[in-house]
Parts: sequence; structure tokens; C-alpha cells
Amino acid sequence: MTEPPLALALRPLDALGRSALSIVDALGRFGTFLIQALAATLTPPFKIRAFADRINFIGYRSLLIILLTGAFTGMVLGLQIYITLSRFGSEAFLGPAVALSLIRELGPVLAALMVTGRAGSALTAEIGIMRITEQIDALTVMALNPMRYLVAPSILAGVVTFPLMTALFDVIGIFGGYLVGVELLGLSQGTYFGEMQTFVDLDDIMLGFWKSISFGIIVTWVCTYKGFHVGHGAEGVARGTTQAVVMSSVLILVWDYFFGSVWK
Amino acid sequence: MITVVGLTKSFGRQPVLRQLDLEVPTGSVTVIIGRSGGGKSVFLKHLIGLLHPDAGRVLVDGAEITRLRGRALDAVRRRYGVVFQGGALFDSMTCWDNVAFPLREKLRLRRAEVGKRVETALAQVGLEGVGGKNPAEISGGMRKRVAIARALVTEPEIVFFDEPTTGLDPILVNTIHRLIQGLHRKLGFTAVMVSHEIPEIFEIADTVAMLHEGRIVEVGTPAAIQASTNPVVRQFIRGEPSTAEAQ
Repeated sequence: MTEPPLALALRPLDALGRSALSIVDALGRFGTFLIQALAATLTPPFKIRAFADRINFIGYRSLLIILLTGAFTGMVLGLQIYITLSRFGSEAFLGPAVALSLIRELGPVLAALMVTGRAGSALTAEIGIMRITEQIDALTVMALNPMRYLVAPSILAGVVTFPLMTALFDVIGIFGGYLVGVELLGLSQGTYFGEMQTFVDLDDIMLGFWKSISFGIIVTWVCTYKGFHVGHGAEGVARGTTQAVVMSSVLILVWDYFFGSVWK
Repeated sequence: MITVVGLTKSFGRQPVLRQLDLEVPTGSVTVIIGRSGGGKSVFLKHLIGLLHPDAGRVLVDGAEITRLRGRALDAVRRRYGVVFQGGALFDSMTCWDNVAFPLREKLRLRRAEVGKRVETALAQVGLEGVGGKNPAEISGGMRKRVAIARALVTEPEIVFFDEPTTGLDPILVNTIHRLIQGLHRKLGFTAVMVSHEIPEIFEIADTVAMLHEGRIVEVGTPAAIQASTNPVVRQFIRGEPSTAEAQ
């Protein structure tokens, strides 16, 4: 039975209502997807081999990009913060300034953005191609849960690898700051590291740690969800991959702000 | 037996299946024929439980799978083997591992038993020695045969074939049909096949059902279908264009 046509004045309201319903529906599916994935993560049988493969895919293969961006981020911070601090005669605080910027903020955020670009996009494309070539349907009709094989290992690998890569990013970044501040600009080594020990405490490290874990969940959740729900054909996979990277990046920055506001 | 009653499905405002009824007898080869885009694959996905209908029922030996979810649906699916249109082989695995996958993950068999059954399945489809290759390294016809081996290796009671010969040359089409026919005689499964390979399909089918505009317009033996007076069926099996297409 077809619906009677709406009065012209009511059509914008109708469109608005439909959009709102569609957004609520999409959010519901997005949330349900995470709950199903977490249920598959926490209940046996555990897919150890798939988990190890995802660690390699998300973590190990992102090492080079993490090392490079970490080193140059630290060097840029070292240079710019030194120039700023020297105007106030406070160059001695270069070490803690670089370390706190990296550990609390830039390390988790930039590492997550880099991994999103490298591994998140590939994750969406891989699952998306499995979707359009019916490989996910093949798993389903074998009475095997695709969430257990494709999504749960990725989310678990994200939780494990993101803090490790963030730690690596921080260490390399601090070393980059050291190269510029100490080796290039002449600050003493003792001042750089000594002040760092004074000002950086466990709370700062734990903030970065929890941030990186939450980013690991966000990136793998968004990227696997987008892969699972790609449109038709190569165009659908391309669009899904772009959406996954954009959505992950925006969510990382939004979540970073709110998380940082709550955990001071 | 698979019984389909009043199956109805629309995508948006586009009706695809309209009050479709069909019975698939146990142990038979039933082939669904019909024009491309006519809803054959959508119908098959309802039988497998990948799509849920807007109305109607699908019963597999009395179990209404259109109402089943989760473990209950998986219990029915464990009796299934499915050969997808493109094969749907896992491209991250070798052909051997593809065939072994349902044995390891679905039946949880021991390594020695898995090895024995994979070798037998690959031999049945004439692919001994190909197991070590990835799906991307073999031809389309070989991929279809690996997909058939994967679907049959668990010895399912019901096997669904979604256009298993699409895109293959006539010799390979006959090879795949003979292979399916031989395996059916040997293993005795119930087969539901979607195809538009006319007239080759008449040689292997016990029952042929013609799907047109979302309904089954004719069901019968291959001989009965070939002798049908229904203009839609006659036009399809003779490959004649419709009046609009002819113009």
C-alpha cells in the first residue's frame, strides 16, 4: 500500500524526521556492532592465530611510519619550544615541555592518526573486499561468526598495539627533541633529562596510556564497521575506506579533547 | 524437504519476490532458471538465511528458518554447503586451506582427518596438486571447482549452487555440470541450483522452476519445461528477446 502524498509545507519536516531516524538507526547499528565484537572478543573459542596476524598487520607493519613521524615530531617540538622558551630565558624547561607534550597529547594522537592512515584504511579495504566478494557470507553460511574471525582479533590487536606504538612514538620523539635541543642548540644533557624527571609523573604517563587504548578501540571499531558495511563494488570499498579514515581521525581528536578534559 | 510459502521481498520500493511458492524434494536436483536480475540469487539467499523476507516462510524439514536466529539458525546451516557465484574463496589462504577451513573450524576435526578429507575432496573435483596455490593464481574454472570441493567436504545434506558456471566457456560449463551430477549421485545431497545455462541444465536437473518477475511461473521435469506452452518459459528457453528488447 502506498502512502498518501504529504502537503508541500510538511515535506521539509518529513525529510528532517527521516534523516533523524536514519542517524539514530545508524548509531544503533554502530553501537550494536561494538557490543557484538566485544562479546566475540571475550568468549571462547579465541582465534589466537588471527590475533597474531592482526598484531603484525596493525602494529609491526606500522613501525617504520611511527619511528619516522615520532622522530620528526620530537625534533620540531625541540626546535620550536626552544625558540619560545629562550625568549623568557627558560630553555632549561625544554625537556619537560617536549616530554609532556608528547606523553600527554601528541604521542597518542599522532600515533593513532598515523596507524589510521596506514593500517586502518587497509583494514577497511580488506574487510570491504571480503564483503563484496561474498567471503563474509561464506563464513556466515558455514555457521561461523564473522565477528569472531575478522573484527574481534582486530579490536584486541588495537588494544595491545596502540599503547606500544604510542610508547615508541614518545621515546623516539623525546630523543628527537634531545638531538635538536642538546646536540644542535647546546642545552646540557643533564638539564634536558633532569628537569624531565622532575616534571613528568605517573599520571601523565597513565593519561597517554589510557588515551592510546581508547584510540586503539575507536580506530579498529570504525574501520572494521566501515569494511563490514561497504556499498557495492570497487566504488563502495573506496568510499568506505575514505569514510573510515575521516571518521576515525575526527573521532580521535574529539575523544582526545573530552578525555583530556575529564582526566586532568 | 525445503518448502517455500508466500515468500515476499522488496528492496526499498522495488519488489523482488512476490508471494513465491516452491517445494524442493529431498535428494533431488532442483534448478531455478530465470532472467538475469530476476531475483534468483535473492531467493537463494533467503533459503540460506542470509536475507530475511518481508513476508512468507522457508521451512527446511519443518524448521522455519525465516524465524530462526543465532544458534538455532546455525544448527540448520551446519547441514548446508554453499557454492557462491564468484566462489567466495578466502584469498588470504591457499586452496588447500580453503577446503580445510570448514573441517577445522566447523567440524573441528583432527589434523590427520582434515588432511585425508581435503585430499579426497580435491581429487573428486580433479584438482590434485593444486592445493598449495592461492585462489588468485588459478583459473576461474579451477576456482569454481575449489569452491565446490569446499562446499562438499563437510558432506552436507543440502547444497546450494549460485550460478556455478557463470563466466566459463562451454567446455568448462559441461565439466562443472558433470562434476555436480557425479557428486550428487555419489553423495546423495539435495541440490538447489540457480542457473541460466539453457539447455545444458536440463541434463542434470530433476526439477526445473522458472522464476519470472518475482514468482515461480512454472515447475516441472526438464521435459515438461521444454514442452511448456507458457509464453514466458518458451521465450526464455529459446533465448528470444522480448518485444521491447527486439525493438
